[in-house]
Amino acid sequence: MSESKWQMMGPLARAGAPKGPGSENPKQGQRMTGAQAVVASLEAEGVEIVFGYPGGHAIQMYDALYDSQVIRHVLARHEQGAVHEADGYARATGDVGVVMVTSGPGATNTVTGIATAYMDSVPLVVVSGQVPRAVIGTDSFQESDIVGITMPVVKHSYLLKSVDDVARTFREAFHIAKTGRPGPVLIDVPSDLAQEEVVFEYPDEVSIPSYKPTYRGNARQVRAAAALIAQAKRPILYAGGGIVSSGASELALKFMRDLGIPSVTTLMAKGAIPTHEPLNLGPVGMHGSKYANRALNESDLIIACGARFSDRVTGKVESFAPRAAVIHIDIDPAEIGKVREAQVPIVGDLSIVLGALIEEVESSGSVPDTRAWVDEVFAWRRELPVLDPRALEVPGQIVPEVALAQLSGMLDPERSIVTTEVGQNQMWAVQFIDREVPRTFLSSGGLGTMGFGFPAAIGAALAFPDDQVVCIAGDGSFQMNSQEMATAAVNGAAVKVVVLDNRALGMVRQWQKLFYDKRYSATELEDNPDFVKLAQAYSWGAERVTDPDEVQGALERMLASEGPYLVDLRISRDQAVFPMVAPGGELGDELAAGDCRADEWERAKSESDGAAIAGLFDDDGDGDEL
Amino acid sequence: MSEMKHVLSVLVENRSGVLARVVGLISRRGFNIDSLSVGPTENPSRSRITIIVVADDESYEQITKQLNKLVVVHKLQDLTNDSYIERELVLFKVSAPPERRSEVIEIANLFRANIVDVGASELTIEATGSQSKLQGMEDLLAAYGIKEITRTGKIAISRNSKERS
Repeated sequence: MSESKWQMMGPLARAGAPKGPGSENPKQGQRMTGAQAVVASLEAEGVEIVFGYPGGHAIQMYDALYDSQVIRHVLARHEQGAVHEADGYARATGDVGVVMVTSGPGATNTVTGIATAYMDSVPLVVVSGQVPRAVIGTDSFQESDIVGITMPVVKHSYLLKSVDDVARTFREAFHIAKTGRPGPVLIDVPSDLAQEEVVFEYPDEVSIPSYKPTYRGNARQVRAAAALIAQAKRPILYAGGGIVSSGASELALKFMRDLGIPSVTTLMAKGAIPTHEPLNLGPVGMHGSKYANRALNESDLIIACGARFSDRVTGKVESFAPRAAVIHIDIDPAEIGKVREAQVPIVGDLSIVLGALIEEVESSGSVPDTRAWVDEVFAWRRELPVLDPRALEVPGQIVPEVALAQLSGMLDPERSIVTTEVGQNQMWAVQFIDREVPRTFLSSGGLGTMGFGFPAAIGAALAFPDDQVVCIAGDGSFQMNSQEMATAAVNGAAVKVVVLDNRALGMVRQWQKLFYDKRYSATELEDNPDFVKLAQAYSWGAERVTDPDEVQGALERMLASEGPYLVDLRISRDQAVFPMVAPGGELGDELAAGDCRADEWERAKSESDGAAIAGLFDDDGDGDEL
Repeated sequence: MSEMKHVLSVLVENRSGVLARVVGLISRRGFNIDSLSVGPTENPSRSRITIIVVADDESYEQITKQLNKLVVVHKLQDLTNDSYIERELVLFKVSAPPERRSEVIEIANLFRANIVDVGASELTIEATGSQSKLQGMEDLLAAYGIKEITRTGKIAISRNSKERS
């Protein structure tokens, strides 16, 4: 699998041709209904799996799907779950994820899922049923203007007006979804159109004169970038999710190794550069390591690859990396210069541009001398570990960082996929789960959607049934789509869910503790259900762990189980994610676990007007239960 | 950051929903559109939208880049710093009782405007031209009582003949 993952997506992202038979499909030239043409179009695109939920105005499409010999339909238990499942499938495979839902509430339930995919540039095609053309706009039963509602969060969308447009529209939608900067495309299908007849003619190519992404970087800019790199003393590769979508992981690694340039990774780039690559300093930003943040902040040249200078990475933009020049490579010109000015902007596909850049630097013979810089950065890594040893000194408690490091050691990096929910669980996972291969760490980065990780794990597990797929969840986010336990059980998705259960919305509670005088407004989840019984109700295996010595055994049983399995790990509410750059704070000004005791916190607070940090664990002695 | 007026000429697909995408993208970012006009071009499958928006440089750059990303947008031209011709058509309904009618007609003639409707106590005047001309006319007519004004929104075209749709 690892090899296929390395190779995935690159050429596809450029050509955008149908993965499936296209015009060679066996139904070509046949007379059929619009609904059958929808399904035939999906088959022509090579779609193997559709996630969805039927309803009145999708009933004809579902009727057509019933006859498909090729497409497997996975019935979600909520349309939001269906979209996240398709999203997880798309992130894990690099293919387009496909969703089918009905009109009205079916369609509106997809909005969060579509927005999640849009923010993280995930290719989806969402097919929604719509009321008949004649009654659109009359508030008819289960009508919603889903094209209007989703306009700000789709790459493109269509309201089908004629049955003759079905095949071409689907070809365009798949082309747009997976080329350029990938993203979700919505197709709204009125139910009367689904009943009309048409001769099915699927095109292999579409011409969209107004849509021509740029793939090859401007040669002059590539030379300018090479010149900057040759002069750099402290260069750093700032790796983003674009490396994953363009399939440029190997090239990025070659770039780093050939030129002696260390990297830092965004959340979306976890796995794009192997965790165990020595030159990779790993996660950067609000909860990045001190050494990674320092390396980015004190660099003299940032080579931004498919990254967008998110506020979660830069902290206070005005003081971010003050001495660095920027080479910004991205397929989306709107990202370049949006947050940070780029001295050398390069619009293009990383899998082409990075190759050209390596060639340019090496042929010019002026490879930068970065030995002193790399030594310095490595020294920081030795001196400033991510996990402060003091954080481990919590007798009798399960320490989430330790538990996840244990789990990481039990996973075959090439045969496992880890998804996360959003919040503390996500940050601990990005810090302590090692990933060596792209498309094996799936997390909602841009939108930060609680409820994403678990259904995304189901999508990934259905794509790679022989791999271990583990979702790191919190007790809050897991409940946002826990109904999908039925989807996993019924469809044989043997996902494993580790609930880091602190009976709280931990990340918000952490902020309340640090910045809101411990006023825990609406963040305590005392009345959680019994997750073990809940899982068992869906025919899952499940167990609860409260003793740190029993974590290893429970995780082993979880991974060995044949079907889906939930482990409820009881952790303290006062476990917090460190290091942390305070919101609006400066990179390089991290709070580390144990950095600040209560008295220091009070002092820091009075000195810096609350912009700084705080204490950790149960230092206030309020005796949180375990 | 200083805000300035930008005149954007956007060549788009001539289809339903296209205007909503373009306008939504601008308004979503909190910018007010000062003027907007749309119409088909010499190629009936394409329309040209002329938009006048006031924004600072950074926001304006994002607006244009995002507009260029829309699948329905063929080409975007910023006329602000080019030599361009700008026109707007205005219809004024002016109070003009018989004893003052000739004065209003005289003003209209001075501005080479047309009287397009005559009522018992009002005149409707059609005028086109630059902003300063139309403003001057409006100021003069105000003395007689303007009952209603309707405008097409500004349209613009570059003097440079290179640009073709």
